[in-house]
Amino acid sequence: MEICRRKNQIEISELDPFLAELLRQIPASAKTEGAPAAEQRIFSPPVNGKETELCAEWKMYVEPELRRLFQTATQTVGADLEQLNGNEKSLASRTLRIPTKHADAWLCALNQARLVIATKNNFTELELNDHLRSPIGSRRDLSLFQVNFYGFLQEFILRELDC
Amino acid sequence: MSSAPTIEKETRAEEALDLPWHVVVHNDPVNLMSYVTMVFQRVFGYPRDKAERHMLEVHQQGRSILWSGMRERAELYVQQLHGYLLLATIEKVS
Repeated sequence: MEICRRKNQIEISELDPFLAELLRQIPASAKTEGAPAAEQRIFSPPVNGKETELCAEWKMYVEPELRRLFQTATQTVGADLEQLNGNEKSLASRTLRIPTKHADAWLCALNQARLVIATKNNFTELELNDHLRSPIGSRRDLSLFQVNFYGFLQEFILRELDC
Repeated sequence: MSSAPTIEKETRAEEALDLPWHVVVHNDPVNLMSYVTMVFQRVFGYPRDKAERHMLEVHQQGRSILWSGMRERAELYVQQLHGYLLLATIEKVS
């Protein structure tokens, strides 16, 4: 896989089917349905302790706005990812072009996905910092690889935004 | 004589209103350090070195107070931080 900036696009080329599939899974991985702990992490309370009135107001007024924000981001990413669909030769490498104006949506969707996967798997800080863990021998290893792969993409996008 | 207690009551109410609130960001093993720094720069307009100092404080000490002031603004900051998926809360200054 190669990743580089070309004018107003971030280009991810030489994508093998495995990595392309991981990218396709970003919107689905960001979903919190059926995972209360992930839902709790994504929509965390605004106070520690008992400020029940504020928490109730937050749930009523702020949370719906955050849901819309997160959903818009995953929809934008989903639309970009449609480049990877279609009549592909199963083993051919693919290229994905992300408009730089979508960078924030990508950062948000990648972050949602990373947080949801990490919460669902209850990864420890030690595991998350173990970037050299290999090979992938279980579903848990695959999820950890997914979190790290999405983190790598985030780092690249952040570096490009910094330029 | 009769007006004195009323004035005292009002003063206490004003003091309560004026008590500042902290915006606190808590450590989270998932969010990238570079991402957290960028968020602090964007939300609070902090220069990079100040944003990095706060990010490191969060990482090493588990939390950092990013801003203190009026409650409404503090809530707005926390809302923005939640929009970036950071663990943030408001706390009343004790």
